[in-house]
Amino acid sequence: MNLALRDIRHRLGRFLITCLGVGLLLGVALAMVGIYQGVVAEALALTRSLAAELWVVEAGTRGPFAEASRVPGDVREIVARVPGVAAAGSITLRTAEMAAPGRIIRAQVMGYEPGRPGGPSSISSGRGLGGSRLEMVADRRAGLALGDTVTLGGDRYRIVGLTRDLVASGGDPLVFIHLRDSQDLQFKLAPPAARRAAAAGAGGSGTDTVNAVIARLHPGAEADAVADTIRRWKHLAALTDAEQAELLTRSVVNRARAQLGLFTVVLLFVTAVIIALIIYTMTMDKLREIATLKLIGAPDRTIAGLVLQQALLLGLAGFAMGAALLFAVRDKFPRTVALGPAEVAAMLGIVVAICILGSIVSIRAALRIDAQAALGG
Amino acid sequence: MAEAPLVRLDSVAKQFGTGEAAVRALDGVSLAVAGGEVVGIRGPSGSGKSTLLNVVACIIAPDAGLLALGDSVVWQGGRYQVADLRSLRRNRIGFIFQFHNLLPFLDATDNVALAMTLAGAELDAARVRARGLLHFLGVGRRAAAMPARLSGGEAQRVAIARALANDPPIILADEPTAALDSERARTVMDLLRRVARERGAAVLVVTHDEKIFDRFDRMVALRDGRIDEAA
Repeated sequence: MNLALRDIRHRLGRFLITCLGVGLLLGVALAMVGIYQGVVAEALALTRSLAAELWVVEAGTRGPFAEASRVPGDVREIVARVPGVAAAGSITLRTAEMAAPGRIIRAQVMGYEPGRPGGPSSISSGRGLGGSRLEMVADRRAGLALGDTVTLGGDRYRIVGLTRDLVASGGDPLVFIHLRDSQDLQFKLAPPAARRAAAAGAGGSGTDTVNAVIARLHPGAEADAVADTIRRWKHLAALTDAEQAELLTRSVVNRARAQLGLFTVVLLFVTAVIIALIIYTMTMDKLREIATLKLIGAPDRTIAGLVLQQALLLGLAGFAMGAALLFAVRDKFPRTVALGPAEVAAMLGIVVAICILGSIVSIRAALRIDAQAALGG
Repeated sequence: MAEAPLVRLDSVAKQFGTGEAAVRALDGVSLAVAGGEVVGIRGPSGSGKSTLLNVVACIIAPDAGLLALGDSVVWQGGRYQVADLRSLRRNRIGFIFQFHNLLPFLDATDNVALAMTLAGAELDAARVRARGLLHFLGVGRRAAAMPARLSGGEAQRVAIARALANDPPIILADEPTAALDSERARTVMDLLRRVARERGAAVLVVTHDEKIFDRFDRMVALRDGRIDEAA
């Protein structure tokens, strides 16, 4: 006869409401874990999508994510000729605000040359950039649809393709445009400014500048060795993909990650305290029943089992509710909530540990209840 | 009446507190209850009735004296002579409480069966026996009812069934009729007398309830922790 289940069945409504409360709390804690993982996932989403093995940037910088970087456009040809490099592509990267009908969209605008490294690895609907300029591939997070038009830098772009889950480290959706459009957007002076520059003798406003050149290597080529070769030219810096990923997670999003991580730990601690208090209250509500059980000879393991099983059922049911709720709404979050089986399993393990630890105090209290408490009125 | 006592107390003493605040709850109480005998304990508040019951139930350890249950000496020489008191209670003592104390989350059958499963019985067999006991006590039709749906008298009968579940030789009752009207109180006492007679159990009942005094084989009066022979 399972006393824990029978007691829960007897007070099912109350138990479910308690589980819902615990579930909401665990859902928030799980969301924090997901957001924490999401920050890293978002930071690496672009580099993973580009599948670049080498990032060539301005000498003395660690661009283009950590610092500003500018290199001449012809660096792409130079990099492409380096032994071990299979393909190279120029990219530009900048944050911009685009005007869509009725709203402004903040996005990370990336320019690349179709057919060369730098574009999205997969298009979820529509197509990639074609030969025509003023086309745009946008991530779904931007809230745009195929055929929509947006205004960027005074030009109107048409959405021809959509990607999924491609965001910048700050959470802004990524949009891809032709490199030439991007260079104009980023480096071309507006006509009045160009005229002033010409009058001042600054010469023409050359725009063949890019933020980085990315490269893919031949199979068997050592990324570190190729990077060393490029660095030796002095005027360029080169990072392997692993170094770029390290830079993104350790430097670019480090503060956000640390903040979220600390908050997650605090939240888990608060969760543990609240669950322990709920278990304690549930146990003390049964003081007379526990005293009666002792008086009729129930061994300690029966009483401890009653408390522990209810604590675990509370935790597991609450976790299931919280996780179901979170998975139902996680796409509504403005930033990525990255929860895979590993994160869910780890959180489940933490919840089980919290329930076991939280029930220790209650079990001790239950075992200290005097059987005499069952007697009298 | 059976000759060998199932409950025996020799010069049992129990004091609560120390110094000026000390209260002698039991002061050299000697008592023997034989199998088949129904003994009532009465006395004013603070006379030591509940303490006496708790000492017999091995819930409170006496300070001095001897306690024997059946042929086992349970307390002597300032310490318990039995290691597992809860097992002793489970197998040899049945309790009936003032307010029945049925577990609210078990139906009548399982409240009775629980006591048997705690003693090692299989659940199915325990339920069969529990239903039999409920029939024996006249509440067989209420076997599936939850305690909240039982009347006071029905609940007390289920509690008596639970007390009898493991066929204990000793039954202790603490004000078992306090919450019942006269008719039901007498019915409960008649059931206890029947249990004592048919099962040879020693029944010890603490009560204030004068309307059931005539249902005991013997009344023991306590005053200031001593047996009041004059009463």
